[in-house]
Amino acid sequence: MRLGSGTFAACCVVIQVLGVALFLRGFFPAPIRSSSRTEHQAEPPAPEPSAGDRSNWTKLPPPLFRKVVIMLIDGLRDDFVFGCVWGVKFMPYTTYLVEKGASHSFVAEAKLPTVTMPRIKAMMTGSLPGFIDVVRNLNSPALVEDNVITQAKAAGKRIIFYGDETWVKLFPKHFVEYDGTTSFFVSDYTEVDNNVTRHLDKVLKRGDWDVLILHYLGLDHIGHVSGPSSPLIGHKLREMDSVLMKIHTSLLSEERDTLVPNLLVLCGDHGMSEAGGHGASSMEELNTALILISSAFERKPGDIRRPKHVQQTDLAATLAIGLGLPIPGNSVGSLLFPTVEGRPVREQLRFLHLNAVQLSKLLQENVPSYTKEPGFEQFKMSERLHGNWIRLYLEENNSEVLFNLGAKVRRQYLEALRTLSLSLSRQVAQYDIYSMLVGTVMVLEVLVLLLLSMPQALSNKAELEVPLWSPVFSLLFYLVFLVLSALHVIVCTSAESSCYFCGLSWLTAGGVMALISALLCAVVSALAKVFADGRLLRKNPAHPKARWSELDVLILLGTLGHVLSLGASSFIEEEHQTWYFLVNTLCLALCHELYKNCFLSDDCEPQPCSHVEQGLVSSEPALWDRNIHCNVSKPHRVSKSPTSLDTLRGYEKWMVLASPWVILTCCRLLRSLNQTGVQWAHRPDLGHWLTSSDHKAELSVLAALSLFVIFVLVQRRCSLTSKVAMALGLLGVYCYRAAIGNVLFPWQRDSKDISKERKANVISEKVKVLAEGCDQAVWVSRSHGAHLEARPTNGRGS
Amino acid sequence: MKDTDIKRLLYTHLLCIFSIILSIFIPSFFLENFSILETHLTWLCICSVFVTAVNLVLYLVVKPNASSKRSSLSYKVVRFLKCCIYFLMSCFFFHVIFVLYGAPLIELVLETFLFAVTLSTFTTVPCLCLLGPNIKAWLRVFSRNGVTSIWENSLQITTISSFIGTWLGAFPIPLDWERPWQVWPISCTLGATFGYVAGLVISPLWIYWNRKQLTYKNN
Repeated sequence: MRLGSGTFAACCVVIQVLGVALFLRGFFPAPIRSSSRTEHQAEPPAPEPSAGDRSNWTKLPPPLFRKVVIMLIDGLRDDFVFGCVWGVKFMPYTTYLVEKGASHSFVAEAKLPTVTMPRIKAMMTGSLPGFIDVVRNLNSPALVEDNVITQAKAAGKRIIFYGDETWVKLFPKHFVEYDGTTSFFVSDYTEVDNNVTRHLDKVLKRGDWDVLILHYLGLDHIGHVSGPSSPLIGHKLREMDSVLMKIHTSLLSEERDTLVPNLLVLCGDHGMSEAGGHGASSMEELNTALILISSAFERKPGDIRRPKHVQQTDLAATLAIGLGLPIPGNSVGSLLFPTVEGRPVREQLRFLHLNAVQLSKLLQENVPSYTKEPGFEQFKMSERLHGNWIRLYLEENNSEVLFNLGAKVRRQYLEALRTLSLSLSRQVAQYDIYSMLVGTVMVLEVLVLLLLSMPQALSNKAELEVPLWSPVFSLLFYLVFLVLSALHVIVCTSAESSCYFCGLSWLTAGGVMALISALLCAVVSALAKVFADGRLLRKNPAHPKARWSELDVLILLGTLGHVLSLGASSFIEEEHQTWYFLVNTLCLALCHELYKNCFLSDDCEPQPCSHVEQGLVSSEPALWDRNIHCNVSKPHRVSKSPTSLDTLRGYEKWMVLASPWVILTCCRLLRSLNQTGVQWAHRPDLGHWLTSSDHKAELSVLAALSLFVIFVLVQRRCSLTSKVAMALGLLGVYCYRAAIGNVLFPWQRDSKDISKERKANVISEKVKVLAEGCDQAVWVSRSHGAHLEARPTNGRGS
Repeated sequence: MKDTDIKRLLYTHLLCIFSIILSIFIPSFFLENFSILETHLTWLCICSVFVTAVNLVLYLVVKPNASSKRSSLSYKVVRFLKCCIYFLMSCFFFHVIFVLYGAPLIELVLETFLFAVTLSTFTTVPCLCLLGPNIKAWLRVFSRNGVTSIWENSLQITTISSFIGTWLGAFPIPLDWERPWQVWPISCTLGATFGYVAGLVISPLWIYWNRKQLTYKNN
């Protein structure tokens, strides 16, 4: 079967896309979702087990706390609060609360990716978002999943929010009042928090809200800018500590009037790595601090508690129960039991039962063989014991037996919750290996086929022989097809977890198997052809075959090496260095090849010259066409000027010889134009130098020169009117840039009058420098910063 | 070629390796706080001086390219000056190549230049000693079939392995292991040294292995 090269290339592309799609479908796990998409229709909560008519607890239990304040500090690592290095020194009030006050402290472990938006979603819905959410982190749409905020709004709670505008995008129309600050300016860590704190005094005095959410970005910004070991971290922690003290004292004074406890939650969405960033899965990035403070929690003197390790997704279930709301349907977390320790046993068991019912329903919908899950069995057993306890309780039996049984039921429930939560979390992180394997096999087969049939497959008018009807290959095809089908059947009938590829219909799966077998036959036939040609070449050395030159070998090995280096974890954020290095090596190899062909003419073949011709960027192919073949009749002569370059005019020859060096210099300039990566990103680069306000003159000269060069290069082929039009257009570009202030006109000096805003910024910078030395100056800068014009967007929703 | 030639080659190379090892250990007796990683520039200078000295001595004593013509003093002086100029030119050339590969242009100039000097002593100095300041001879030796003796063969091998060692030594620079030897130019100079030593070890072995197939035009 003969294929044109265009058809061949198109087929390869289509098969690659299919293979990659299959791989991605197996790589990104299917999200755990509950099938009940009813946001407004409240499902009746599960009644107490085996109570029947005698129990009047059929509705949701009443809320435990009247008001809830959530203070979310972005980037709050656990050792910022609990450790000796930062916590004890810079957060004295929090440390007092953790060690002696009415609080419960936890180390909440976040899951990947440790970036703000997925973490907010995890905390509010209790579910585990996947990697796809990172792509949407820059432009987050509204959250449609069941979550605590939506439930609170549906129950009529009034929610006020101040902080990162991600929340406003995730929960539009949920907040009674909000003020979103943008998180994009990473270098600002004072204003972004002042914008939150300035509302605090007013809001705490008012009583017309039920939930207050504050999201502080300053700590995260400091981490990005200068890392966790900078002294700015200590100042920021002190500021956060004073805010916490303010909120807590206000809540306490309010409780004296109403006698119903409030809840103050201090948490972080993710930690901070040693370099100050976040996003990966190191311990420092995963572990965040979580402190629940309320006068409902008892603390006896001398009761020393260490922060327990829990999952970040447990917060959603706890908040829902604390506010008397149904637990969000997709939550995989379990209730943080210490928060309900002070309640009567019947209420505790009711909360645990509600949570377990929700988790088991989620398990039922997402795991086909849920009855075999140990968590489900434990839940059923706990439910039965709970029923027994209820019967005993309703018989007014207050004996020791009741007490012991209650403790046993509680233990069972906690165990069941833990197991259910674990198995649900594990579902999300499972890779569908079979689909991934099938996709990989397809992609690799196409790659090998391309490699084997290169270069004749991709030249202009090539035609490929694909021997599909020969008896050997059709036999191979059917054999491989049978084997693959048998494999497919075995894997699909024995797989316990759901697999996407097995879920496809038999026809589709059969089609994919046939494709894989056909590709394998094509690969084998190409291999056979290569070997046959190789033997032919060895017998007949004058056979003009496309041989692999050293340059080809270098390119192939370099590409392989580049691909392999992408898998190395030590190369993270520095992958561009491999690229720069390999491009430089390639240019030098090209240069060597070029000079070798120009200064030594011995035994030269047509191919290297044509390779050199294709490799040069600035050579004019028309000149080379005439003299492609070097003079074969003069072997072993070290002549300085072979015939190929003789016919070139002088300056063109020099252009050709100098072109690799020009390319190398341009690449070096481009490298220093913009520093990227992590290790050397802070080093000064040309881009910064040019765009800083001191060097406007240089930037203007460079811009004018570039526009002029563009004109000179393009004007050769234009008529007079288009030349004039283009000149006017380029002039207009320069004028526009000058008008918005990026470049200067030659009659403008560097404007010496700094605008008022910049003056204020300069002053605040100086104050910041002073503040790093002594504590008093911190207060001065804060009050100074409050007088500066803050950012807009102070929205008041309905 | 005879076996004695190969033996002489082997002993010469062993002496070169020995000089490099000496350059690592001897200065710690005379200087305080000498270590390869901390006083790297000092070590580079010392190593270059040792290797140059050994190369000069060996090629003057052993005289593998016995050419007994025109030994007038002025000719010798001119030759010597030309050698120095070629050496300096090769240092600058290597410096430019390193800057093009990404070494900083304005900072760390001394480090880059000393690294270029070191690489030149590993590659250019043996060429100068063996072949003299004669570009045509160099081009001939490094072209495909231009070697005329085992010394030139070994020259090819040591030069190429020095270059490969330098190239490979650049790999650890962007890794995030935060070791002291990842700083520029330490990993590359160590790579160049290892490459040179490896070339010195491999070339007599390779020549001995292939002594039957190697035929030279002058033999």
